Amino acid sequence: MFTILEKRLLAENIYLMKVEAPRVAHAALPGQFVIVRADAVGERIPLTIADFDAAEGSVTIVIQTLGVSTRKICALEAGEQLADFAGPLGRPSEFVHEPVEELRRRRYIFIGGGVGTAPVYPQVKWLKEHGVEVDVIIGAKNKDMLIYTAEMERVASHLYITTDDGSCGSKGLVTAKLEELIAAGNHYDECVAIGPMIMMKFVALTTKKYNLKTTVSLNALMVDGTGMCGACRVTVAGKTRFTCVEGPEFDAHEVDFDEAMRRQGMYRTEEQRATAIRKEREEGHKCRIGLDK
Amino acid sequence: MANKIPRVPVREQDPAIRATNFEEVCYGYNLEEAQLEASRCLDCKHPRCVDACPVGLQIPRFIAALHEGNVKEAAAIIARDSSLPSICGRVCPQESQCEGSCILGIKGEPVAIGKIERFIGDWKLEHSDEVAAEVAPRNGRRVAVVGSGPSGLACASDLAKWGYEVTVFEALHKLGGVLVYGIPEFRLPKERIVAREISEVEKLGVKFEKDVIVGRTVTIDSLLDEEGFDAVFIGSGAGLPRFMGIEGENLNGVVSANEFLTRANLMHAYDAEYDTPIYVGKRVVVVGGGNVAMDAVRTAKRLGAESTIVYRRSEKELPARVEEVHHAKEEGIAFKMLTNPVAVLGNEQGWVTGIRCVEMELGEPDESGRRSPVVKEGSEFELDCDVVIMALGTSPNPLIASTTEGLETSRRGCITATEEGATSRAGVFAGGDAVTGAATVILAMGAGRKAAKAIDQYLKQKE
Repeated sequence: MFTILEKRLLAENIYLMKVEAPRVAHAALPGQFVIVRADAVGERIPLTIADFDAAEGSVTIVIQTLGVSTRKICALEAGEQLADFAGPLGRPSEFVHEPVEELRRRRYIFIGGGVGTAPVYPQVKWLKEHGVEVDVIIGAKNKDMLIYTAEMERVASHLYITTDDGSCGSKGLVTAKLEELIAAGNHYDECVAIGPMIMMKFVALTTKKYNLKTTVSLNALMVDGTGMCGACRVTVAGKTRFTCVEGPEFDAHEVDFDEAMRRQGMYRTEEQRATAIRKEREEGHKCRIGLDK
Repeated sequence: MANKIPRVPVREQDPAIRATNFEEVCYGYNLEEAQLEASRCLDCKHPRCVDACPVGLQIPRFIAALHEGNVKEAAAIIARDSSLPSICGRVCPQESQCEGSCILGIKGEPVAIGKIERFIGDWKLEHSDEVAAEVAPRNGRRVAVVGSGPSGLACASDLAKWGYEVTVFEALHKLGGVLVYGIPEFRLPKERIVAREISEVEKLGVKFEKDVIVGRTVTIDSLLDEEGFDAVFIGSGAGLPRFMGIEGENLNGVVSANEFLTRANLMHAYDAEYDTPIYVGKRVVVVGGGNVAMDAVRTAKRLGAESTIVYRRSEKELPARVEEVHHAKEEGIAFKMLTNPVAVLGNEQGWVTGIRCVEMELGEPDESGRRSPVVKEGSEFELDCDVVIMALGTSPNPLIASTTEGLETSRRGCITATEEGATSRAGVFAGGDAVTGAATVILAMGAGRKAAKAIDQYLKQKE
């Protein structure tokens, strides 16, 4: 069992949880994820690590309530326990293995969309700690849905905020901001984008035009997360790859995003059915064909 | 003199009923039946069954003890060589091992060694207090075992009996490896058998730590250098599922047998109380002919789908246990032999609608000795289905090899180990599917036991 040390509401339906997991915290590197299971009947779901502290033995995750499992996890409070918290899984970001002098000559632009902003943070933080200059664009629906702005402010050289409705930062999409920055004469050697699949797809299309090397972190469906089930397979450069052991980060210009998005929806109907059954169990059965009239 | 009666039949759940539930298919023998079957054993002077057993169980001896009515003694005889008789009695391919070499099998039916072993194993679980295994005093040496599947459990229990302090690291949230994620409940009950047999291993003093992925959470080197283990046994099992590399394989509705079975077995997706979803549709095609294919197709059937096996060779070449094929047929599984898929077909939304196949005929024998299938010209046809399950075996998981300096692997990526389990790294041993690629529970157990011996020798020499 893994104790929740801290829980905070970051935005509507988005929670931060700091979890006591000394082994994971000790081994974690930017870019990796964990598999979390709320309780004995829970699903194993992959969540990208948002921060880790080896000294404290803690790992932070940020979760948006989307289905049964994420809702269940988010219903737990500080002091309560998660049944399982396994990791760190996946390969760390490529840059952690590169010589620091090399990295320092490079200029990075990171793009975080919605809840995907959280896993951008440990990467930018790591680079900042190693003296690498990083610009960051954060995108959200509106001012209230922005997360991690204060944390990012501390580690980014420049932080740019975009919202769909213009309630904070500039109005528009992250891709527009990126093009604006490039047009203004900013030169970037590498882009890292984490967010909804559709955002990553459009970032990839945009950066392709500028021949800007781009990495994305894919949140594919998984069961075990350790290279056993193959649920997470994606097509990269025409080849089938396993996100859990070969990813989660891949070259954005090689990823088949349309297939990846379609595969994410594979169990949607099944999940909706499960949610409906559960809701019914909680609220009592409401007849949908009028037999109670 | 042995009793010249026919093999005692075993009671089974009615096929029509069991095809709709996950209860165990085979009820096994009761004491009376087991003893009657035991009376058939010839008690050969040179028992071929023992030689054919990967762990060298003293088969005629435990059968004789049972026949005399001394079940406790029979259990003790088995316990010297195997900690998992209830499991092995259920899932071993007896027809190609002990029973396959039984003299009685030449003219008639071999002794039902598997069913007898199962009876004794189950009896032992009910009377575990009476037959506690002997454990040597602690010798102060620590061994880490990677994986709680058959090879890891076998290795851990032997070492614990000899006085080693053993910790087993399991990546998943449940202990048992393939015994819990792979083999279905209807063939191997999880709580009643697997969990209890593992708790017997725990009673030997073996510690278990779940949610630890060796190669990620810790490494082989950190176990040796930082956590103070004197030796490591790698029994991490098989790995990434294989696919055919045909068109349409990433359509929604194509899953590996590993995924399908893990959802059903480990995650209990068939039970509404559990959160994990599973998708079966109305018609399921399972590609492959091994035990995993049979497990997948019979699980799909139980989840309500019309289920078919598609296999490229003929029935004679099916690698699955004879009993599983027989049970599958009884349950109404369709078998399309000498058939090979060439493409998975889908609709505009990217969901599976069918599978395009070709008919095959058998040509010359290949290196495995089996006649290799050749495509019949112009034989293409389509099968309608909603789900395609690929049960084509696995290729090794790269996690441990890629994070352990100096650990040699074969061209195929399996960890290289000697017959005794020694790898290219001193103090690091390996066995089971991680070394051989996908095989059987009992072969993995055999490898685990051999490695335990090698670890014992290695650590004694080091002193």
